[in-house]
Amino acid sequence: MSISKEQVAKIATLSRLSLEEDKLDQFTGQLSSILQYMEKLNELETTDVEPLYSPVEQTTVLREDVVEKKFKREELLANAPEDDGQYFIVPRII
Amino acid sequence: MPEYESVIGLEVHAQLKTKSKIFCSCSTEFGREPNENTCPVCMGMPGVLPVLNKRAVEYAVKMALAVNCKINQKSIFARKNYFYPDLPKGYQISQYELPVAEHGYITIQVGGKEKKIGITRIHMEEDAGKSVHSAAENVSYVDLNRTGVPLIEIVSEPDIRSPEEAVAYLKALRSILVYLEICDGNMEEGSFRCDANISIRPRGQKEFGTRTELKNMNSFRHVQRALEYEIERQIDLVEDGEEVVQETRLYDADKNITRPMRGKEEAHDYRYFPDPDLVPLVLKSEWIEQWRKELPELPADKLQRFIRQYGLPVYDAEVLTAEKDLADFFEQTVKIYNQPKKVSNWMLSEVLRELNEARIKIGQSKFRPENLAKLIKIIDDGLISGKIGKSIFSEIFNTGQDPEEYVRAKGMVQISDSSALEQVVEEVLADLPKEVERYKNGQTKLLGFFVGQVMKRTKGQANPGLVNKILKEKLG
Repeated sequence: MSISKEQVAKIATLSRLSLEEDKLDQFTGQLSSILQYMEKLNELETTDVEPLYSPVEQTTVLREDVVEKKFKREELLANAPEDDGQYFIVPRII
Repeated sequence: MPEYESVIGLEVHAQLKTKSKIFCSCSTEFGREPNENTCPVCMGMPGVLPVLNKRAVEYAVKMALAVNCKINQKSIFARKNYFYPDLPKGYQISQYELPVAEHGYITIQVGGKEKKIGITRIHMEEDAGKSVHSAAENVSYVDLNRTGVPLIEIVSEPDIRSPEEAVAYLKALRSILVYLEICDGNMEEGSFRCDANISIRPRGQKEFGTRTELKNMNSFRHVQRALEYEIERQIDLVEDGEEVVQETRLYDADKNITRPMRGKEEAHDYRYFPDPDLVPLVLKSEWIEQWRKELPELPADKLQRFIRQYGLPVYDAEVLTAEKDLADFFEQTVKIYNQPKKVSNWMLSEVLRELNEARIKIGQSKFRPENLAKLIKIIDDGLISGKIGKSIFSEIFNTGQDPEEYVRAKGMVQISDSSALEQVVEEVLADLPKEVERYKNGQTKLLGFFVGQVMKRTKGQANPGLVNKILKEKLG
């Protein structure tokens, strides 16, 4: 299985990456070889194997519905490129 | 021109009334200052891990049980990937392949007919934040308080055939959520939201037409009108030989139209995959059984019981059981004063009118079941007339004053006891033989004078209608 240059370009757009032409070619080649390598897994007989959704064997970790406040707002806003002490400020969306 | 039918499926998002968020311990309280209810987890900081809220699971399962779903004892969480500033992680944690519940249904009533609407699935997910846009400053302000508030999405089968059915289905779902006390069901504030998928086809055709998705409908009325508009629009297109384009459209309530949402449809490529940060959710059978036992009486059962137990007409029972608060108020009132039909009449007319005018719920009102019970009782006892009862209703409803104390304090208590009034009338007539003589000789205008005399002696508290009637009888 291989991946087309158009597919790579689409994935890049969905991931908000802008790639130069040579990078597109490079990644198309690299991703294709990764996918070909993964193809090997398809040789295995998996009819009776349940799909594995997580490599962690544990299931169902739950917490009780209890409110805790561990951080102040100013700490949480501290890393924002722009804020007004209350809101994050971002380039206008609509 | 062929006859068309519409095919509608609804997606409902219901905010769950947990105290803390679905994957972190932040408060879900509404109306806090921007970004007060946040932490590194719901802000999507690198390296944080989500931990599922057990109460959110309980609520999702309770809803699933209430709408006859099959519970998946193993379900998994997935990432739905898209970029938007109110979604700090760049993905929404949702459920995709294995949702918590599937294959349910509810029964709705439209035009006196019962209809079953299938529920495809119910899944759990997290809500996104909110942004405020400023055109003047050319920026958007982002508040992440809502980010991570637990939601369930309830997806219907495309079984709905008209806007009326859509609204009936939504009202039924909302009522169940509120009965379960797991959601506020407030459409304006967004704790109960609905998107619609709608297509049309010539009646009799099996295949579905191309559908559009409608968003931004903030009330039942909006849903009804948006669907009506969209059906007309799609029929016009098909009649003109054009094609319906598959797209998302927003309802504009001011203009009562739907219009295409701006932005690229390509963004609809969500690339779902299992969230590696969350292990599968495996529900123990004993939890499910416990939650099943905790289910309250649901609206449909309560409706049937109200008809059976109180002998109410279907319409009365429907209105009273639509809201749990209203049903409870009714039952408490009847418990105090056992006149179900009279209580229902007052509730359906006066009580609902006052609630609508004040735009409040019965629980927010000062008017209590004991007040309504007392009001009906003093009318039944003849202390005041039904007419007086209606005229003072607004006042006692708003103040929560005891109706009997109110009418006594205002001197509005009537003498409606006809034997007591007869005695007064006889006294008056006996004291005024000349006037009686003149009346009998044709001066019938004197009737008003006699009424006045009776009123004087009863300090204005005689029932005037009754006084007139008795006087006429006595004077022949």
